[in-house]
Parts: sequence; C-alpha cells; structure tokens
Amino acid sequence: MTKEQRLKKRYSAEKRFKAYGIISVCAALLFVGILVFKVFSEGSGAFVKTAIQLELDLSKEKLNLPEKPTKEDFENIDFYDFAQQHILKIYPAITTKEKKELLTLFSSDFEYEVKDFILSNQNLIGQKVFFKITAASDLDQMHKGNYTRDIPEERRKVSNFQLTIYDFLLKENKISKIFNNYLFSNGDSRNPEIAGIGGAMLGSFFSIIVCLIISFPIALLAAVYLEEFAPKNAFTDFIEININNLAAVPSIVFGLLGLGILLNVFELPRSTSLVGGITLALMTLPRIIIPCRASLKAVPPSIREGALAVGASKVQSVMHHVVPLAMPGTLSGTIIGLAQALGETAPLLLIGMVAFVVQVPGTPMDPSSSLPVQVYLWSESAERGFVEKTSATIMMLLGFLIAMNSIAVYARQKFEKKWI
Amino acid sequence: MNILILVFIALFSFSCFFFGKSQIKKIAYSQKFKPKALPHFYGFYLSLWCALPALLIILLWSIFEPFIVKYLIISGLEKISINSIDPDQLNLIYQKIKAFYFGNFTGIASEQIKKGAEQYGHFLSIAQSAKVVLVLTLVIGFALVAYKKIQNNTHAREGVEFIFKIVLISCSVVAVLTTAGIIFSLLLESIKFFSQINFFDFLFGLGWSPQKAFVSDTSVALSAKEAKELSKAFGAVPLFAGTGFIAFIAMCVSVPIGLFSGIYLAEYATPSVRKFGKPIIEILAGIPTVVYGFFAALTVGPFIKTIGESLGLAVSSESALAAGLVMGVMIIPFISSLSDDVINAVPQSLREGSYALGATKSETIKKVVLPAALPGIIGSILLAVSRAIGETMIVVMAAGLAAKLTINPLDSTTTITTQIVMILVGDQEFTSAKTQAAFALGLTLFVMTLILNFIALRAVNKYREKYD
Repeated sequence: MTKEQRLKKRYSAEKRFKAYGIISVCAALLFVGILVFKVFSEGSGAFVKTAIQLELDLSKEKLNLPEKPTKEDFENIDFYDFAQQHILKIYPAITTKEKKELLTLFSSDFEYEVKDFILSNQNLIGQKVFFKITAASDLDQMHKGNYTRDIPEERRKVSNFQLTIYDFLLKENKISKIFNNYLFSNGDSRNPEIAGIGGAMLGSFFSIIVCLIISFPIALLAAVYLEEFAPKNAFTDFIEININNLAAVPSIVFGLLGLGILLNVFELPRSTSLVGGITLALMTLPRIIIPCRASLKAVPPSIREGALAVGASKVQSVMHHVVPLAMPGTLSGTIIGLAQALGETAPLLLIGMVAFVVQVPGTPMDPSSSLPVQVYLWSESAERGFVEKTSATIMMLLGFLIAMNSIAVYARQKFEKKWI
Repeated sequence: MNILILVFIALFSFSCFFFGKSQIKKIAYSQKFKPKALPHFYGFYLSLWCALPALLIILLWSIFEPFIVKYLIISGLEKISINSIDPDQLNLIYQKIKAFYFGNFTGIASEQIKKGAEQYGHFLSIAQSAKVVLVLTLVIGFALVAYKKIQNNTHAREGVEFIFKIVLISCSVVAVLTTAGIIFSLLLESIKFFSQINFFDFLFGLGWSPQKAFVSDTSVALSAKEAKELSKAFGAVPLFAGTGFIAFIAMCVSVPIGLFSGIYLAEYATPSVRKFGKPIIEILAGIPTVVYGFFAALTVGPFIKTIGESLGLAVSSESALAAGLVMGVMIIPFISSLSDDVINAVPQSLREGSYALGATKSETIKKVVLPAALPGIIGSILLAVSRAIGETMIVVMAAGLAAKLTINPLDSTTTITTQIVMILVGDQEFTSAKTQAAFALGLTLFVMTLILNFIALRAVNKYREKYD
C-alpha cells in the first residue's frame, strides 16, 4: 500500500467516524420528533368535542311547573324524561331499538347537562331555546373522522340508522365542534365523552405541593449541613454514599416503601395525594440535595471568609450570605426535581393512586389519581375516545414539564451570579 | 384539633419572638448590663424553646398513638374472648372497629364491633386531652425556663446556633432513615415470604406462576404435595432472564447511539450545534416514562407486529423487542450526557500530544481519548443498566405478563418490575405468599441496582479524581 492510499484510507475512516456521530445525534433527534408529532397529532382532537344542537321547549307545561314555581318544584322536575322527549323529536325513530340508538348518540350525562342549563337559566322559562348537548364518544369520533364508514355494519361502532341520523344532523347544520370543557373540569369516567383530567390535575397538584413542602426544606438544610458544617469523618461519608445511592434507586422501590411503611405501618389513607406526595418527597429528596450542594459549592470561599472577618459567626455567614447567593441554583434544582416527581408513575401505582376516581379531589386527604397515572389508566382501555384523551393528557403533562424546566433554566440564568 | 394546637404553637412562639426581643432590651437597660448577643437572638431563643419540644412531642405522639390505641383495643379483645384468636383475626376485627368508628363501615356491625368502636372513641378522646395538656405544659414550661435564662443574660446566639445545627443534622439523617425504611419494609415482608418458600427455590426456580399461591391461611399446615407445588410457583429465573433480556435489547440501542452522540457533541460539534443539540437530546431524559410506555404499547408494538407479520414471522403484540427498543431510546440521553461529561474531562494535553504525532481526529478519539475515559464510560453504562433494570412503566405497558424463558425478541416476556406492579395493584392480601413475593422481588431489585450503582459511582468518581 502506498503512502497516498494509506492516507486516503485514514481520511475516509475519519469521515465515517464523524458520520456515525452525526447519524446518532440525528437518530436521537428523530425519536424526539416522532414522539412529539405522534402525541400532538393524536391528542389535539381531544380539546374539542362534538355537540348536537337541541331545541328545548321550556314552557311550564312541558316542565310540569306550577304558575309560581318554588325551588323545590325545580328540584322535582323529571329532567331525564324531559330531555329524552326533546331528543326523540330530533329525528323520527319508531321502534324501541331505533329510539335507543338515537338516545345513545348523546352523552350518557345528557340529563344532567339539561338540568344544569335549566337551573342556571331560570329566566328563560316559558321560551324556546337552542341548547348544545355533548354527543356520545362514538359520534364524536365519527365527526372527527377517526372512524371509517365503508366497513360492514357489524364491525362498526355506529349503526346504519345512527349514520342516517348523523347525515341528517350534518345537513341540518345541527352538529358542531365546541371547546371541550369537560376535559379540564371532570374526573375520570367510563364514558370517554365525559371523562376529564380535572381530578388528575388536582391530584398531581396536591402531591407536588406536599412533595415541595417536605422535600425542599429538608434537602436544603441537609445540603447546607453536608457542604458547610459536616466534619470529615466516617459518618459524613456514610451519609454522602447513602444520598448518592438513594438517587439511583429505582422509583418502584420507593413505591414499596410507601406501601410497606406509610400504608401498612402508619396506616395513612390509601390512594390519597398526601401519601403520594410523601412517597415522591422521599424519592426526590436525594435528587434535590445533589444540585443544592453543587450550587452551595459554587459560592466562592471569599464570601464566607469576608463574613467571618467582620465578626459573623459560622451560622451567620452561611445563612446570611452563602445560602441567599446559592438560592437561584437551589431553586432551579428543586424545580427540576419536582418536574421529575410530577412525571413519576410507578410508586403511585403501588400506593393505590391508580383507583378509579370519579370525584374531583378537594383536599390532599381525598382519594385521587394523578396525570401520569391517568395516562396509564386510559392507555389500558381500548375505546378510540380514550386514545385521544390519553394523548391530550400527555400533552398537558409535557406542557407542565416544559414550563417547569424553562422556569428553572430562566431563573438560573437570570439570577445566578457568575463568579470569576 | 391538631390544627388548633399547631396554630396555637405557631402564634405563641411568634409572639414570643417579639417578647424576647423587647424584654432583653428592657432588662439590659434597667439592670445596666450589655447583652451577650443581638436582641433578635433572644427572640429566637425564646420562640425556639417554646415551639420545638412541643412539636417534637406532637410528631412522636402522632406516630405512636395509633399503635398504643391498637394495642389497648386488641388486648381488651383478647381478655373478653374465651378461646384465643389468632393475630390476623384480631387485626381484622381492629380494622372493622376503626372503620365503624369513622363511619365507613359497610355491612352489619356485630355487638363486639360496636362495643370496640365505643372503646376506641373513648381511648381517642383520652389521648386527645392528654396530648393537649402535655403540649400546653411543655410550651409554657419551656417558655418560662427560657425566659429565666434570658433574664440571666444567657449566650443566646450560641444556644440558637446549637439548635440550628441539630436541625441540620437531623435533616441530613432523613436520607439515611429513608434507606433504612426501604430495607426494613422490604425485609419485613421478604422474611415472611422466605419462611414459606425456600430461598434457593426462589432464586433458582424455573417456573413463575404466583396465582397458584391460593393458600391464604398461613396457620394451616400444608400437605406435602401442596407445599411442593407452592415451592415451584415462585421460581424467579424467568423474571431475571426477561429483565436481563429487555435491558440487553435496550443497551444494544442506547450504547452505540448514546456513545456516538456523546462523542460527536464533545469532540466534533460546533458550539452552536452543541448549544441546540444537547438540550434537545436531554428532552428525551425529561419525558415521563409512562409516555414512553404509551408510545411503546400503541405505536412501536403494533408497528413491529405488522412488519414481522408481513415477513411471515410470528410476532407477539407485547414483544420484548418493542419494550426494549423504546427503553433504549429512553436511556440514550443518560449515556450521551454522561459520556459527554467524562470525555470533556479528559485533559486537552492528551489530545494535543496525539495530534502532534500526526493522528487524525478519529484516531485520537479511538486510541487516546476513549481509553483514557474508559472507566467513566463504563461507569455511565453501568448506571444506565441499573436504570434499565429498575424501569417500570415501559415494561408494565409494553411487555407481557406470562413468565417464560425465551431468547426470541419477538416473543413476549416479563420482568421483575412488571410482576411487582401486577401483584400489588388492586386488592392485596398481606398474608398470602403472592403479595409477599412482590417484596422479595423488590428486595432482589434493590440489591441488584445497589451493587451496580455502587460500582458505577465508584468508577466515575475514581476517574474524576484522576484528572481533576
């Protein structure tokens, strides 16, 4: 082999090596792209819902109200019967089967929607009004174009009769897409059209707040001790090794800790965000201590020495000077730690936050679910309506995570002092 | 009631702060001495001494009260019953009494339960009043003692700083307590498990079918045949194999991609590419694992199935390949950013020496930088393996449930974490070997990841020391 040939070979090896690097980076970027695209293309539909316009005759005879109705009279109205009558008027259905098919085009909660509307608009009594009722999930998916209609009836979720009604409603312009308020206000449900992440969001919020209240002060003080006060001895080394190892323990083990200690020994209430928050706090603690220590370490010794030189005690020099200067770093470390806790699922499954909770929790002591757990729960159900909802939940979750991380990065860049 | 006490303590110690601060000035002025510390330290001194002992007592009280009440109730039950009841039964009755007392008891309550609930309420009210009295005495007593000390011009700053240091130490001990709690909770159930199942049957057994553990009543002795069947139901080798197999697939994806992107970002990328590329790859690390699980179960799994079937292969819809691939994607950023760090830590002089001898950039990387960074890189790969083993949501959602020994990536297989979740989600019977098996699995997982992490952290730290 001549000198030139060898050089050529070496140069092409060089190019190949560089190409591997570029390909790897591109592959990683591609994965991010596919994932985000997939979630957004599936989930964006869930933010709107299909609604059917219904003409309601709110005359007193129809509602069975006396001339001067009291509050009790309103409570006694048979809203189910009233709503059903109006729905059946929308399209001629003769047989019982047809009537049932017509009714199942509407959300299973139609009775309550009509009730809420009438009770909050009592001034409209006696008039004829138009009212939009949430459609059932199958019609919703049909309208959003997620179902094909060219397959035989028995394999379709929507029957032939329902399709004729759908076409009729389309032609009459009675069907429309409106903002899906249920997604943000409701708890879980077996029916996709009324299932929402309101409960899960509150559950997540409560557990993150509990996690913050417990983990931040303890982590900060522990970091201060280890960085500023701890003598160099075996006990300190032991604590340090402990913290580093704890940060790498799989999250599910913390779930077992929560189940074994918090639920079985201390008998705290199952499925609550309180227990979830405590479990997450124990998990996040070492992950916050490490960045807190790093930012305390970054404060130059001259600050401490300056404070000591003018007569401050050790505690004063640390609490008045070092900790405030390290605050941007500790805060951003905490926010990043909390963001990780927000996305954590496995420990919450084990302490029972996976229960089917319809009610939106009011306090951290109520049973609740959380955003990532809701993703898990919905991804298990086969209905098309839930697939869309799962992706929308992921979008919300990613949105919160991105917001938290950007706040952390921004706060750090804006407030952190650069020491030369 | 608890909240009232806490509010009282907070208000009292808050006002004590101002009281102490103003008192020391007054006393020092009237008695003409110079205080030994700044006035606000006397305020802190007083308020800390009021609040901390009382809060400590409240904490200990609320931890131990349930146990004591439970003990009292159960010993009361034992006294009235003629023949002895076994502890599990007693525990059940206690739970019923508690539920009845709090009004969420379903079904018809027996006379015993009603009586027990009455007693329970009685004990609770005694405990409550005792607590209030004790706490009030503590708050006021310590306040008086501290006030006496202020009058004698004590070293308030030193006292406050002493308390502060104790608080600091107890905060850093929380991490140790957490580890102790983990070990305690895992061992507690695992020991019960290993008292029924032979340790070696568990570690080396080839069949995993925990649903066979129908025997929930541990007090009844098993027949020889049943015992033999039970010992065969908990062989964890298929789980270890499945976990290792999925982790192996994940590492096959993440090590080359992660390592090469780490090398590229550290050595080749221009600052602007680095500035954008690194955060975007790190987004992958910030995505919750449940999202990856969803992606694996609904996109990658079916995709692999379609491709495999078009090639005429039998593909399970919960193939190990899908879970492994997606897990690999999840791990890429760990390897890439850790190896990026260790490569950056290699001193520039090593590279320049290599260039001076005429090596190209890739030759320098391959023959100088990577060998120098090897311990750190191996450490980061070990950390990634430990993450892959402990990863839960991806495998719960995308891997199978049936435990089988297979090396076919298109077949379904199960992992340790999947089985823990499957056993513990839903109703748990804490006396059954099946539930305890989850804790035994958790213990194995904990020990495995602990060893891996320990080696990996040592390798990374040793390496850092070498070049720092």
